[in-house]
Amino acid sequence: MTPDKKFVWTQTHLLGLENLSAQEITHILDTAESFKEISTRNIKKVPTLRGKVVVNMFVEPSTRTRMSFSLAAKRLSADVVDFSPSTSSLSKGETLKDTARNIEAMGIDIAIIRHTAPGTPHMLSRIIDASVINAGDGAHEHPTQGLLDIFTMREQKGRIKGLKVAVVGDIMHSRVARSNIWGLTKLGAEVIAVGPPTLIPQQIRELGVKIAYDIDKVIPEVDVINILRIQLERQRSKFFPTVREYARLFGINSERLRHAKKDVMIMHPGPINRGVEITPDVADGTHSVILRQVTNGLSVRMAVLYLVSGQPKAEEAE
Amino acid sequence: MPKDKRLLSQPDINQTLVKLAGDIISCHSSPKEKDSLVLIGIHRRGVSLAKRLKAIIEKKIKRILPLGTLDITLYRDDLDTIGHLPVVKNTDIPVDLTDKSVVLVDDVLFTGRTIRSALNELAEFGRPKRIQLAVLIDRGHRELPICADYVGKTVQTKSDEIVMVRLKETDGTDEVVITKKPMHKAVKVN
Repeated sequence: MTPDKKFVWTQTHLLGLENLSAQEITHILDTAESFKEISTRNIKKVPTLRGKVVVNMFVEPSTRTRMSFSLAAKRLSADVVDFSPSTSSLSKGETLKDTARNIEAMGIDIAIIRHTAPGTPHMLSRIIDASVINAGDGAHEHPTQGLLDIFTMREQKGRIKGLKVAVVGDIMHSRVARSNIWGLTKLGAEVIAVGPPTLIPQQIRELGVKIAYDIDKVIPEVDVINILRIQLERQRSKFFPTVREYARLFGINSERLRHAKKDVMIMHPGPINRGVEITPDVADGTHSVILRQVTNGLSVRMAVLYLVSGQPKAEEAE
Repeated sequence: MPKDKRLLSQPDINQTLVKLAGDIISCHSSPKEKDSLVLIGIHRRGVSLAKRLKAIIEKKIKRILPLGTLDITLYRDDLDTIGHLPVVKNTDIPVDLTDKSVVLVDDVLFTGRTIRSALNELAEFGRPKRIQLAVLIDRGHRELPICADYVGKTVQTKSDEIVMVRLKETDGTDEVVITKKPMHKAVKVN
């Protein structure tokens, strides 16, 4: 758990786990470990980012990620500005680029962005000087969710290397799945993507992931079942016949869990469709760490804000 | 290569800690004072020194002392000016500090900025009756109005010197040396 003395964090942005090394991911997790304690204090606040301005640019709806980032920034004493597309000039036709530049002109230090278009945070990081954190870009990446999932696994299991993790559900549309896969495989875990063939892109094998279509064959051998939300809004495209059939074939229920390891861990990034991808008794059961994931998200996001805040920008460093 | 000058050897450090422990015990001689005493080490070497002091004091007063650890990184006032952020370590305060007599422990007292940060952080864990400071070495050059209550050794230093406390727990050996700051390869001229 102790970071390598010679290691120095050099990232100014957090755009995804794909471009981070195993050492960098471990450094974020170790830093988050230290931030956990702050949330247990009576005064849950440290002055670290005092004077810094953080803007939450959530162009796509979000409850827990936006709140988690806001709270994390406030616990580090940053000033937090929320940006909502429906009440902004974006609704008048202004481009995101112009909006971002105008917000930056007000003196922001860190921009947290969620957008439906993959690559938007990467684009922003090239046009503004502030640090950019990706809070979800389309179906591409959700790095802080990936980090908090891995953090929770490491906290509960004591290791990542050698863990067998099943990622179950809509792999195709899931940014959480991609960030999990990149992060977990880099740290030495074995990942099995499980779901209907229509929701698992074959190219995912290139990331070092096994594919399975029968959840009952996978359940006995895995240490962690990370269940993805079935995106009901995408069901117009008919990736599976009915929600009921999906629940019957891939839904995690207590009957299925009887065949799992005794210490199997159930995870879900939320929001949950109870009765579809997970039954209520499993979601609230003893194997579930779903709420622990939310709590850990705060520490992970505090760590990320701390780490991206400290580096001189490229031109300053020269 | 600058040559190190040894200030304290292993026996010297042991002896100094015994003296510091004795001074702390004398200052907390009443039963009420003994009950309220809490040692808190500042990461990294202050924690090792606090653990050693705890062992010596406990042996003498035959009572278990609460021991906390403090990482002041998140309270530093120079995070904006240093290049790479320091690694954050754990703060662990095992008791409510309200009405306690806290002895902060660190290896070297220099500018006083670390202690200022530590005091700010401690204030968030309750309102201690008093906070005292114990250091192995006081090397002067204060930038803030801070002084230690218990000092192992006071050393006159130049500002271009470094006082290095090496402890078995963190460095594999026990010694205190004074050395010259390494010269930068290129000097920036304005």
